[in-house]
Amino acid sequence: MSGGLTLKCRLPLADFALEADLSLPGRGVTALFGPSGSGKTTLLRCVAGLARAAGRVEINGECWQDDARRIFLPTHKRPLGYVFQEASLFAHLSVRANLEFGLKRIAPAQRKVGWDAALELLGIGHLLERGTAALSGGERQRVAIARALLTSPQLLLMDEPLAALDGRRKQEILPYLERLHDELAIPVLYVSHSPDEVARLADHLVLLEQGQVLASGPIAELQARLDLPMALDEDAAVVVDAEVLAHDEAYALTRLGLAAGSIQVTRKPLAVGRRARIKIQARDVSIALSADNPSSIVNRLPARVRGFGEAAHPAQCLVSLDAGGTLLLARITRLSRDQLGLREGMEVVAQIKSVALLG
Amino acid sequence: MHLSADDWSAIRLTLELASIVTVLLLIIGTPIAWWLARSRSPLRGVVGAVVSLPIVLPPTVLGFYLLVLMGPEGMVGRLTEALGLGRLPFTFPGLVVASILYSLPFVVQPVQNAFMAMGDRPLEVAATLRASPLRTFFCVALPLARPGFITAAILGFAHTVGEFGVVLMIGGNIPDKTRVISMQIYNHVEALEYGQAHGLAAILLAFSFLVLLALYTVGGARNTLGAGR
Repeated sequence: MSGGLTLKCRLPLADFALEADLSLPGRGVTALFGPSGSGKTTLLRCVAGLARAAGRVEINGECWQDDARRIFLPTHKRPLGYVFQEASLFAHLSVRANLEFGLKRIAPAQRKVGWDAALELLGIGHLLERGTAALSGGERQRVAIARALLTSPQLLLMDEPLAALDGRRKQEILPYLERLHDELAIPVLYVSHSPDEVARLADHLVLLEQGQVLASGPIAELQARLDLPMALDEDAAVVVDAEVLAHDEAYALTRLGLAAGSIQVTRKPLAVGRRARIKIQARDVSIALSADNPSSIVNRLPARVRGFGEAAHPAQCLVSLDAGGTLLLARITRLSRDQLGLREGMEVVAQIKSVALLG
Repeated sequence: MHLSADDWSAIRLTLELASIVTVLLLIIGTPIAWWLARSRSPLRGVVGAVVSLPIVLPPTVLGFYLLVLMGPEGMVGRLTEALGLGRLPFTFPGLVVASILYSLPFVVQPVQNAFMAMGDRPLEVAATLRASPLRTFFCVALPLARPGFITAAILGFAHTVGEFGVVLMIGGNIPDKTRVISMQIYNHVEALEYGQAHGLAAILLAFSFLVLLALYTVGGARNTLGAGR
């Protein structure tokens, strides 16, 4: 398959066997998500050729590994970038020399990510002449990301790049990762066990548990599914990619366009036309049978009931809704469900009490 | 303190020997250390033990076997003669060969420890940055192991300067050819020239102290030495 990432691998590990048979999109950020020790990092290392599993790895029509054809490209022959969990800068080299280490092995004609662009993107221009010991954890990781980008990789692999950083440093780096996502056309495989990072960055989600793939699909679709462990989470939510349509200065609101319809949020300093990612928690969505009755809730979207699922508490249930192509989750009591007589396929109104802007 | 011409000749010969041996040891010892640090071969234990033998073996034992091996009836002796190199015992090249074996563990161990201390990560990082294994070795592994190499060079040099038993067995006591400082001190003592012996012995003592001082004040070297011995 061309224009995507084919990943088939089998590798016995200490406690379980890693088994994956995945077809992933050749663009955007794909998050490998799962608890610690579920085989995420090992899967990433197999893609990089740092670990050797039985199977096949193909990226955009290029074969990196195919046991059937006895092909196995060693890591240094794979056009990839890899960002390790802990800062992995070469201690004997300056920041500049670290950045040049990969760059100088790329023929000028194949350089797609320019020096200035990488420095600007990660905000590290002022660090060039420093030694690596003089950098903060966040700065180191930014340099490591820029170093990987400068090899103009066809695929960027990131192994929990924020896990070793404290909360403040994480917040410092996340905007850079978002810019990476928005401005570069390099597909990214991103390993994480943090729901927040995944919600902010991922387009596509692969759920791993005990080395097995539970599910793989577009993030909005997976989050709205009722049969996955995420739905049982207290913070069950969906992310929605919206576009900034207009600002209402009189009421200090910003209008965001969805697949169908729009919602209004408190005024955000975002340019009209910009893409914005929002998170809507299941607990903030309620259901009404019609839009006739007046309500203080501003955001009311016509929606169709897709199905019901269990919630963590026996008093509650989850309702999956399709609001004109935007999938939502609502957590309501089972009592309300029966009193409203909700059924699959019913047309209702989804009332969204609160929306979080992710960046 | 007055040093005779013979004394000076012994000093010159010793420095020459130690310099040549150190350079050759770094060249030979590095791949051995790399293999010992990174190989998962079952032979690793055996090779490691053989390399380390000179640490515990009496130098005379090592010298004796070398003498037999390199002599006219020995395997190595026959080989060198067949190659037209003549015999190695009682020559300067013979002394170089013996010293390399004798000092090998003192070079291999610090370098091996340095390679092991850096772990796999820098090598993996280099591979993801398109560096071939050879390039990774020269551009990443060697520079990162620098403290280990400093320790190895100092120890290899100093250990060669201080050898006696092996020289006695394999090199003999030939002026300008194999008579090194330690032999010269022995000769002075045999001849009851204690004054002369004092001069050279003091030089070796000061030299040894300075070497260790250097090792223990250079931070990185201290760590590898501590881990290596």
